Amino acid sequence: MSLVSIRDVRKSFGANEVLKGVSLDIAKGDVVAIIGRSGSGKSTLLRCINGLETYQSGSITADGIEVAGANTNLRELRRHVGMVFQQFNLFPHLTAAENVMLAPTVVNKVSKAEARATAAEVLAKVGLSEKMDAYPSELSGGQQQRVAIARSLAMRPKVLLCDEITSALDPELVNEVLRVVEQLAREGMTLILVTHEMRFARDVGTKLVFMHHGKVHEEGVPKEVFAAPRTPELQQFVGQVG
Amino acid sequence: MSYKLQFAELLPYWNVLLQGLVFTIVLTVVSTVAGIAVGTAGASARTFGPAWLGRVVAVYVELIRNTPFIVQLFFIFFGLPALGLKLSETTAAFLAMVINLGAYSTEIIRAGIEAVPKGHIEAGLSLAMTKWEVLRRIVLNQAFRKIYPALSSQIIIVMLGSAVVSQISAEDLTYAANFIASRNFRNFEVYLLVALAYLVLAILTRAALRALGRVIFKAR
Repeated sequence: MSLVSIRDVRKSFGANEVLKGVSLDIAKGDVVAIIGRSGSGKSTLLRCINGLETYQSGSITADGIEVAGANTNLRELRRHVGMVFQQFNLFPHLTAAENVMLAPTVVNKVSKAEARATAAEVLAKVGLSEKMDAYPSELSGGQQQRVAIARSLAMRPKVLLCDEITSALDPELVNEVLRVVEQLAREGMTLILVTHEMRFARDVGTKLVFMHHGKVHEEGVPKEVFAAPRTPELQQFVGQVG
Repeated sequence: MSYKLQFAELLPYWNVLLQGLVFTIVLTVVSTVAGIAVGTAGASARTFGPAWLGRVVAVYVELIRNTPFIVQLFFIFFGLPALGLKLSETTAAFLAMVINLGAYSTEIIRAGIEAVPKGHIEAGLSLAMTKWEVLRRIVLNQAFRKIYPALSSQIIIVMLGSAVVSQISAEDLTYAANFIASRNFRNFEVYLLVALAYLVLAILTRAALRALGRVIFKAR
């Protein structure tokens, strides 16, 4: 059974239909790279999975929970579906550790001490043990993004959504973030990434999804799809960015 | 043209002045705390609450911001008894001050809330926090940090504006001045002294608020 199941999802912003019937199945342990031009609907699709955006028709279930159901408990859904953003979105008034501890203490009601232990563990995982008490403004972009990843991991998500998480970084900082994501993939974390890092998508991804005009235009095993794109649109896209 | 200042004539009234000063300080402190509480609730309702509640708050804010304070005060003290609501001059003064500062601080705090990046709210929601948890733990803290200087100015404005409550015989510093002047006719001395008292009070309040801000919003 798939962990995330997307069925014929349609979504419009006013008269502009950005998702025109998207279907996708994601199994536990999959590392899905969603690529495509800006405006192809990839970020919107990702944001529909954890309910940050609503959709007009179709269905999405994540970990068995229907995202847009009338009685859906979005809080329950989001406890299992983490998200990391392009702009990091760390809370500037809290230290790295406090950023990580906030949701476990507020949402899961764990004690401060337990949350701090979890924070130490996940910050070590992203290589930032020594920055626990630093404020976001004292960290580089790459470090901030790694704290943001740790913050999501502290909730022990079953799926992690990554929305262009290296796009706001200076080129020399991209790799330290990608290495963390790669390690998560190796540990079996289910990942759905909207990305422009083609090499990463090919080497780490288990599934590639090329979105075009609000639809899944082509999908398959990354190495095979990159080696022999079937549609002219993907051929052209790969030619431009690769 | 010469005028001989005779401050000695005020001496017998020192306790009247002191009581007035204390009243003004208490009035300012209480209405600041309560007014900011009202403003926080109002701003939260306008930004995070249901649309109907936001509209109710908007009407309140516009009503207060577009009418003179003295008219609001008179309405509460002289007008409401017609509806059977009779308030003492002290209660009416406190109420009018809270309602007034509440409206202005609603707008100031709302501006602060809207200045918090939307991404921070989405990040909080994505961490399974509810809207209200996000507001309390993430948004308000940042909002207050941003609008603290504006809010401080508004508190000073309200403190100085509180002189108006003397018009309904609430016994504040200005009331004390009026009282003394009507007894000894030393208008020049009395109002000079009271003006200085307000000046010092405003400067001290500003300094106190700045120090308080440094404590609340520690360096980050």
